[in-house]
Amino acid sequence: MEKFEKLTGIAAPLPMVNVDTDMIIPKQFLKTIKRSGLGVNLFDEMRYDRQGNEIPDFVLNQPAYRDAEILVAGDNFGCGSSREHAPWAIKDFGIRCVIAPSFADIFFNNCFKNGILPIALPQEQVDLLMKDAEKGANARMTVDLENQEITTSDGQKIPFDVDPFRKHCLMNGLDDIGLTLEKNAAIDTFESRLNQTRPWM
Amino acid sequence: MSPKTLYDKIWDAHVVHEADDGTCLLYIDRHLVHEVTSPQAFEGLRMAKRPVRAPEKTIAVPDHNVPTDPTRLQGIKDEQSRIQVEALRKNAADFGIEMYDVDDVRQGIVHIIGPEQGWTQPGMTIVCGDSHTATHGAFGALAHGIGTSEVEHVLATQTLIQKKSKNMLVKVEGELPPGVTAKDITLTIIGRTGTAGGNGHVIEYAGSAIRALSMEGRMTVCNMAIEGGARAGLIAPDEKTFEYIKGRPHAPKAAQWEMAVEYWKSLRSDEGAHYDKVIEIDASEIAPVVTWGTSPEDVLPITAAVPSPEDFQGGKVAAAKRSLEYMGLQPGQKLSDIEIDTVFIGSCTNGRIEDLREVAKVMEGRKVKEGLRAMIVPGSGLVRAQAEEEGIAQKLQEAGFEWRMAGCSMCLGMNPDQLSEGERCASTSNRNFEGRQGYKGRTHLMSPAMAAAAAVTGRLTDVRDLA
Repeated sequence: MEKFEKLTGIAAPLPMVNVDTDMIIPKQFLKTIKRSGLGVNLFDEMRYDRQGNEIPDFVLNQPAYRDAEILVAGDNFGCGSSREHAPWAIKDFGIRCVIAPSFADIFFNNCFKNGILPIALPQEQVDLLMKDAEKGANARMTVDLENQEITTSDGQKIPFDVDPFRKHCLMNGLDDIGLTLEKNAAIDTFESRLNQTRPWM
Repeated sequence: MSPKTLYDKIWDAHVVHEADDGTCLLYIDRHLVHEVTSPQAFEGLRMAKRPVRAPEKTIAVPDHNVPTDPTRLQGIKDEQSRIQVEALRKNAADFGIEMYDVDDVRQGIVHIIGPEQGWTQPGMTIVCGDSHTATHGAFGALAHGIGTSEVEHVLATQTLIQKKSKNMLVKVEGELPPGVTAKDITLTIIGRTGTAGGNGHVIEYAGSAIRALSMEGRMTVCNMAIEGGARAGLIAPDEKTFEYIKGRPHAPKAAQWEMAVEYWKSLRSDEGAHYDKVIEIDASEIAPVVTWGTSPEDVLPITAAVPSPEDFQGGKVAAAKRSLEYMGLQPGQKLSDIEIDTVFIGSCTNGRIEDLREVAKVMEGRKVKEGLRAMIVPGSGLVRAQAEEEGIAQKLQEAGFEWRMAGCSMCLGMNPDQLSEGERCASTSNRNFEGRQGYKGRTHLMSPAMAAAAAVTGRLTDVRDLA
């Protein structure tokens, strides 16, 4: 997994609540058997018309935000389907950090498995970052995972929380499966106990 | 020892390892895989040369993108869908996983076949790369959706890295009025709590109205826990649960059955157990409901009118405005005046035999309104066969419904069953998101009985008015 340490980049504002994973990556793109190449279809139905032409109003089509690396969004971001294609598409587009007042649980987990940092902040702070993001390409934000701090384009600092284990994995680009396999003996012990106490399972 | 909730008990029974910061390694008893969210996980295993740790604890079934017309048995025409199903077949064979293939009568929606095969049992941890895994919680199992990276993790280690969620209790007491079903309960709860109301929680559904539900009804309620934002939904197992499981192919047998039932009986929340959040709902106040917008929280009784964006606060004002525009509705319009083009009956929410019986009951002596497309997609091949045996299938076909093969179908429109632009559907599925059932398609969620009523009149209809 790609490491996440510190990121300075353009933040795109998407002031919508309940952005669901069907919006992030519509179903027709779930038929792939690969993880890569989904960035071009990120937010497909909001981003393109039926003929495949860009809809100029959509934030990621605006010249200022085409290279956005941070997304600032409304409450309950990533709700709906468990499709990991959603974070794959976000990452493939080039976005490494999503900031919102809250996230849906599965999406939130999926982000960490793909080197994306989701940050939940109180509404007032998201509002402030949304305003900063609306300034456009010259207003670059910094997300510093080690110090758990966002710096706005005018130097304002906003601290954020992150689970220590997930922070450790992100900062070091660690593979979960490798870590778990180190605990193989504990899994073996659990399984043999399970076979005795609940053999039907 | 302090009193525990049902969730606490299942959690505690599955912790393999707990780190100082509370991060746990949780053992997974059952894993269900389907064709859409698993290919990348198997590819990951191959690249790392890792085997599947416990193939006997995993089953595979294609459901999301399989066509529902009988010609699918001659091969799936859509190339990408075909490749995904072929990949599942190869992965199941290579890694020693049991699969119910497209031509197997046991094939169906992954969350329908788990319970049907007796694979889903109380006290288990069950996962699947699909958010509606919450369905299995109806059996008192801790069941939730996971992403593809986690699918790979479970395949390789039979565990998941987890942090415990909070406990939430949703208590529904009293008797449901006539015409009101499990779907109305679950939609009403989401209407009350919002789609983020359960974020970070596991919901336990309790109360006399929940206990009174059949296993099918309980599955409908738990299925939509995810739409309320919860990690999982669960219901304490009881005699109904045991009766449902008994004798199914994967149910415990002989002496192990007695042992299992004794254990299952211990799976209930202790008196005085702590819940971080409690919601109480009076069952007698629940009406048949429909959704009007593009979020499952946009729920209103069928007797109500379309709301105005000004009725909301915060970010929901803009969301409601966008929803109304997308749905082509005007504030103040009566919900029962909304005309539809399509009726979809099926999905992991409402594709079980009881749902089809409910539709058949409403359709008794009635016909699908001329010009409507009305489709029934049984949740599994076995549900389909049972409905045929009971004579329901024939009656519903005579009433004007299309009778399809099993799959997820128009719930998410990954197969050819889709709405076209502007088409409006009365749907028994679980999500009314923009584009969910087809590009610019418009979805109204409701119970099977309400969808049948809409099929009769061609508009959203209070099923009680047909009585």
